[in-house]
This record gives sequence, C-alpha cells and structure tokens, in this order.
Amino acid sequence: MTAIPLLDIRDLTVEFATRRGPVRAVRQVDVTVGKGETVGIVGESGSGKSVTSYAVMRILDRAGRIAGGEVSFSGIDLRAAGERQMRDLRGREISMIFQNPRAALNPIRKVGHQIEDVLRQHAEAGSGDAKAKAVAALEQVKIARAAERYHAYPFELSGGMCQRVVIALALACRPQLLIADEPTTGLDVTTQKAVMDLVTSLTRERGMATVLITHDLGLAATYCDRIAVMEQGRVVETAPAATIFRTPAHVYTRKLVQATPRPGVSLRDLLPDGAPTAAAGRAEGAGAPLLAVSGLVKEYPRAKVGLTRPRAAEAPFRAVDSLSLSVDRGESVGLVGESGCGKSTTSTMVMRLLDPTGGSIVFAGEEIGGVPAARFARHPLRPRIQMVFQDPTESLNPRWTAARAIADPLLRFRTVRGTDAIRARCEELARLVGLPVDLLDRFPHQLSGGQKARVGIARAIAPSPDLVILDEPTAALDVSVQAVVLNLLADLKQALGMSYLFVSHDLQVVRMLCDRVIVMQAGRIVEEGPTAAVLEAPRADYTRALLAAIPHPPV
Amino acid sequence: MLRTLLDRLATTLPALAGVVVVSFLLTRVLPGDTAAYFAGPAATPQAIAQIRSELGLDRPLPEQFARYVADLARGDLGRSLTTGQPVTADLGARLPASAELTLFGLALALLVAIPLGVAAALRQGSLVDHACRVVATAGVSLPVFFTGLLLVYAFYFVLGWAPAPLGRLDAFASPPPTRTGFFLLDSLIAGDLETFRASLAQIVLPGLTLAIFALAPIARITRAAMLAVLAADFMRTARAAGLSSRRVVVTYGLRNALLPVVTTLGMVFSFLLGANVLVEKVFAWPGVGSYAVEALIASDFAPVQGFVLAMALLYTVLNLGIDLAYGLIDPRVRAAA
Repeated sequence: MTAIPLLDIRDLTVEFATRRGPVRAVRQVDVTVGKGETVGIVGESGSGKSVTSYAVMRILDRAGRIAGGEVSFSGIDLRAAGERQMRDLRGREISMIFQNPRAALNPIRKVGHQIEDVLRQHAEAGSGDAKAKAVAALEQVKIARAAERYHAYPFELSGGMCQRVVIALALACRPQLLIADEPTTGLDVTTQKAVMDLVTSLTRERGMATVLITHDLGLAATYCDRIAVMEQGRVVETAPAATIFRTPAHVYTRKLVQATPRPGVSLRDLLPDGAPTAAAGRAEGAGAPLLAVSGLVKEYPRAKVGLTRPRAAEAPFRAVDSLSLSVDRGESVGLVGESGCGKSTTSTMVMRLLDPTGGSIVFAGEEIGGVPAARFARHPLRPRIQMVFQDPTESLNPRWTAARAIADPLLRFRTVRGTDAIRARCEELARLVGLPVDLLDRFPHQLSGGQKARVGIARAIAPSPDLVILDEPTAALDVSVQAVVLNLLADLKQALGMSYLFVSHDLQVVRMLCDRVIVMQAGRIVEEGPTAAVLEAPRADYTRALLAAIPHPPV
Repeated sequence: MLRTLLDRLATTLPALAGVVVVSFLLTRVLPGDTAAYFAGPAATPQAIAQIRSELGLDRPLPEQFARYVADLARGDLGRSLTTGQPVTADLGARLPASAELTLFGLALALLVAIPLGVAAALRQGSLVDHACRVVATAGVSLPVFFTGLLLVYAFYFVLGWAPAPLGRLDAFASPPPTRTGFFLLDSLIAGDLETFRASLAQIVLPGLTLAIFALAPIARITRAAMLAVLAADFMRTARAAGLSSRRVVVTYGLRNALLPVVTTLGMVFSFLLGANVLVEKVFAWPGVGSYAVEALIASDFAPVQGFVLAMALLYTVLNLGIDLAYGLIDPRVRAAA
C-alpha cells in the first residue's frame, strides 16, 4: 500500500433526519483505498454500505448529512469541498456504477448522448469529436456494433448491455476511483461474470482503484484485494479477501461466511448453530408421479395489431418449446435457467394461471392442462397446488394482517370453517414456519423480510397442498435470512411430505435443496438429472457455462 | 409515421360517429319547440305547423336523422335560424376567435405553471412550494366567470390599465387581413404593430382568466411528476457523473417529467373549451362558445349540433397531436406504436 491512500475515510458518520429524530446510518466508519487497489464493502441490507459511498460522492439525498469524520481523496478534503469542486471530481476523478442498470440510465435519451453529456461536462470532448469518443467508450466496454448502439435507447438493450453502458459512462473520463454499488445484483450469473470480468480488466489496465459494494461475500472475495464487512452502520472487520473465508475474525463475519452458499456445504451448514440434521432420505415416489408435464408449449404472437395494418405473418415466439418434466411425490425438482429461458412461464402454466398453447399437464392423475386458467380457481385440485412468490413484500396485500393473509386460502377453499378454527389453524401454521404468534396481527410493513417470507410460506402450505411451486423464494432476501428460509423449506417438506418445484437461477441454492435439477435454455430442457450428478459432471455446455460463472471465492 | 397517423385516425371514427348520433338525439329530446319559438308568441297553430313542416320537423326521427347525415356528408351543417347564415360559415368566422383565446390562455398557463411546478419540486416545503399550492388551490376554487369579472373590475374599472372588455378589438380599429384568423398572428404577418398591440390588450384579460383556471392542474402535475423523477435512479447517475445541475434538472429531469404533463394537457384543453363558453360571455368575445349558448337558448338545433361536432373534431385532433408529441418525447412509445 502507498503511503498516502487514494481514498481515506476516517470516522465517517452519516445521519438521516426522520420524523422520529436523526437516525445514524453510518457510524465511525474507517475505510482506506490505495492506488490501484480493489476493496470490497460487504454487508446485508441496511448495513450502511451504499450510504457510505453516497457520502463520499456527496450525493446523499436531502434528509442525509455527514455528521462527523473525514473523507479525503488524493489529499482533497471532500467534506469541505464546494459543490462546484465536487462536480468536477464526480465523473472525472471518482465515478460510480449502480444496481439495476436499466433504471440507472435516462430512459428517453440515446445512450450515446448520455455518454457525450459526461465527456462534454468534463471538457474531455468538444462538439466535433464527442460522437467519436462516445463510440470509442462503448467499444471499450466490448459492445458490439458500437456505432449502431450509440443511437439505442436503454429499453432496447438487455440488462447486461445497459450495465456495460453505465460502465462506459463511468469510465469515459478515465477516473482514478470507481465505486461499484451492487453492480451485478439482478443480473444473470453469466452476465454477472462478464460484467465483473470487464470491470476488473478495465480498471487493472488503467491502474484504477475500485470499491465494490455488495451483499455477496463470495463475489467480493473473488474480485477484491481487501474486504471491509459492515453491520448496522459499522465496519466490524477488515481483512484480505484471500483469508476472510478461512479465518473470519468477527462473529458477524463468521455468520455471513457460514450463510453464504458455496460448494461442498449442506443446508444445515448454513445455520450458525449447526442445527440437527433432519433425516436425509426422501420419501420414494410410489407409482405414478404427482405431476407429469409433457410436450408443453407456450407461444406468444409477435405481430402488432392495428386497424389499417394486416397482421404480420411472422412465426410466433415460443417461450416454452415442447417441454416435458415430472415431479414425484415428496420430491423436490429444481428448474434452473437464466432470465427469459421460460422457467417462470412453465411454472405459471403448471400453476394454471396461464393457458398453454399445447401439451398436457397431469396432476394427481388428472389432466388439468385443458382447464381454462380463469376457471381453475374453482377446480377441486386447486388447493393442492400452491405457490410461494419471489418478492415477499410485493406478494402480500399491504392492508391485510399476517393472519388475514395466511387465512386467505382457508377462506377461499373453505377447508376450515369458523372464525376460531381459522385462527387456530393460522397459529398452528405460524408455529410451523417459525413465525412468532404475536406477530400475526401485524401488517406487512411492520414485519422484516424474513418474517414476510415466512408469512408467504405459511399461506402457501395452509390448505395442505401436495405440490408447492417456489418461484425464487429467497432471491430478495439477505444471505443469513436465506439460509434460515431454505432450511425451513427443507424441514417443512420433510414434515408435511410435500413436493417442490423450485424455480431459481442460483445453482448453489438448488444444489442444497433439490433432489433433481432441470436446466432450461430458450424454452427447452438442455440437461436434467440428479442434482449431484448434473452439478458435478455436467454434460451440456450450457450447464458448464452456468457453473463456471458462479463466483469462486478462495475458500 | 404515416401508418401510425392513419391508424390513430381510424380509431377516432367510431367516437365521431357516436358524437353525431348523440348530438342529434340530444337536441331533439331537449324541451323547447323550435317552430313555436320562431313563429313568435302571437302565432296561430297553423303558422307553427307550417314552419314545422318547412323545417322538416314533422317527419319521423329516423328520416330527419338520415337527412341530417346526408347533409353532413356534403359538409352542410344546416342553417342557423337566429343568424340566417349557414352554420359552417358562422363557425368558420367564430372558431379562430375561440381558438386564439384558448391557445393564448393555455400558453400563458404553461409559461407560469411548468417553472412553478419545477421550482416547487426542487425546493419541497419552501416558500415557492407553498406559493405553488396557494395559486393552484385558488385557481381551481374560483369559478372562471368570477375570476373574469374580478380581473375586469381591477384592471379596467379601478386601474384603467386594460381596455373595455368588448370583444377582440375596440370598435374603432379594423381587423388585420385574414391569414390564420388569429388577430395576433395576422397583425404580425401584416406588420401592423398598432393592431397587434390593440388585440393583445384585448386578449390579455380573458386569456389570464383562462390561464388562472388551467394553471392549477398543470402546476400540480408538473410538481408531482418532477418529484417522482428526482427520486429516480438515473438522476443519481447523472449527479454521480458530475453533470451540471442545469443539465440534470432540465435534460434528465424535466424531459422525463413532461410525459405526464403532456397527458394532462389534453384534459386541461378540454376543460378550457368548456370554460371558454363563460369567459366569452363575460368578455363579449365573438367566439363559438357564446354562439352555441345563444343557439341553445333559442332551441336552434343546427348550430348546437355543429358546435358539438366541431368541438369533438377539435378534441380528437388535439389528442392525436398529443399522442404524436408523446412519441416525440418518449422513444418507448414510438417503438410500441
């Protein structure tokens, strides 16, 4: 490390003015970043990691202010710098890239113009050469046909492509420090690898320093030199990335390391106190499978409808292309693939919320593929298929208490009658999913993410279903909560003898929870088999690519 | 682009057909006997019956409707019994006056409301924000004719700054040669600054009356849209890239915030068309609004139908324009169209 660090954060404290008085989001944080160094700031939601970076950039929103400490960048005191000086530093000396790249770009301005805006602001280009320089910036982030893409709008580009544009924007003026705030959250695992490799190679090439802010300890350990772990506004540990998985010093870091899904660990290993392992053997499916899908097809028309325009005779888009799969009783099957591969379309059709174009869906010996989606809600088999949704917050009615949400299927299917009986069943379900009974009368906004996830699970198992479709149930949760929820799901399956169809993009999670895995690409199955076999000896190139893209931290 | 235009026009045809049917039926259902009105209070039943058959009012409704539609197809809106002129000629002479007034009021409202809304959003909770709220509340809570009278009282009667509220030009001036029908533009085209000043002086008060009315929704929507945009991720990106605050607010913020404003504009315009009727009355403005009200009171069907149809056409064309403007501002709409 150099004598004077490039970025030196000392004792930084950030406060937010709220209606209930000031709240300290960041408390006495010390972080230093040397020239050319890559430092990771890792923490779960609410740990203050993003706020720290906003404070450095001085782009905190109006309610936030730096309450104490020092921030200096190459000897410049950023706390004392005027707004004009900060504006010159932002984008030219320190840049940022953000989570959710599509939202991070102006939706109604050509991406080329957005890059030009930055170049011109910092006098890196005049009106004559701005376009050529913007195209060059796009080429540097390996965007093919950059001159053409210069004219594209963000909505015309994929998520990964948008993130490349954001990177081009950030690096256009050759800054010395890049702050990457959750740059790959929400991107597919292969896109994540491509983006991270790109950032690493570009910053290394230019000798830039990088701060990587992420909730994913594995990702940080793979790409960073040093890691600062944050918990509730404090840095609890700073350690070299190479050793943090092997010798975590702080209790919280140990918990985080333990909860991070990684090769060679089981579900139980994710929990802090080595909970007793439930009997591993799964109930063998006797006879016919619970769910048998064959030749399932879903097509969407491409043609646009207009009064004066005849329907274009283009072939329809096949979201799901003659797909066949089966789920035995008591089995859990993982459906894996990247966004747009048709896994959610498949699960929605099995749930009978969407009508298939062709093929059959046989559930419990009965053909349900032909029942129109609009009528399936009253079908006698409906209570026996339930679903847990991706976002635990968005999938709960904000005006219903937890008890009301859990009771909803009971009221709808009339499996339990009478107010007292329903309440008793709700309490039983709450105990089953580990939700304290006194939280039942709270509203979703009064519950934490993990508690909301439990409510969603309790609601799904309320009518004692045979098959539960889990649509990325932990994607929106912090790793420590994810560990608990995954274990809960495994226990419930064991206790209640349900089958799971687990839709996910996270192979590590699937490996721990599922007996069998199905890998999908472009609406088709490219590989399927027992989880261990597929993940350890993949046969399809696509599966190999997916596995290679998972971050491999030095364990 | 032409394709989209034709598509859009085609979808408005059913709406216009509906307007034709409804305006015809409404004027027939309304109480009041045209023939009796025109025969005068001393007319004999025979005279009334004669007028009725001359006007074709003794025919069954379907036949009257068929004749009306046939005339319409030839561009004939009938003849006003009050003025004795063809309705098309009457509307043609009066529509530019109304259009000029409405557009002037709308432009005035936009000039004030958008900067006000932006300023209120940028300094939430400040004096500007409160001023914005007060102006907006006052604008919607005062009826237009009342605001009009208030302005006339203050600026003509008390202060004497404005000319008498008696039409588009004072009695001694002659209108500029007709090009667009808008006195402000025509006088400029003719290079006649004297007439321009005179017609500007006449239009300021009624225009202001309409503007105060239109100000409220535009300012409120601009403020709300701007607040939403200020919280957007791309605004943070723009700030983190060190762009100047002017660029961040105008190019990144306002352009995005304008989308809902443009949508509201269509609605505001239709409110203004309604408000126009009263304002024209207060300021003796020779527009279509006062014309239609007079015709309605006289149970004079043809001008009323013509007015309703003209307004429907105007509104349709305006909405088409707004849709196209939307496409210009938002590339996503262009792609979907």
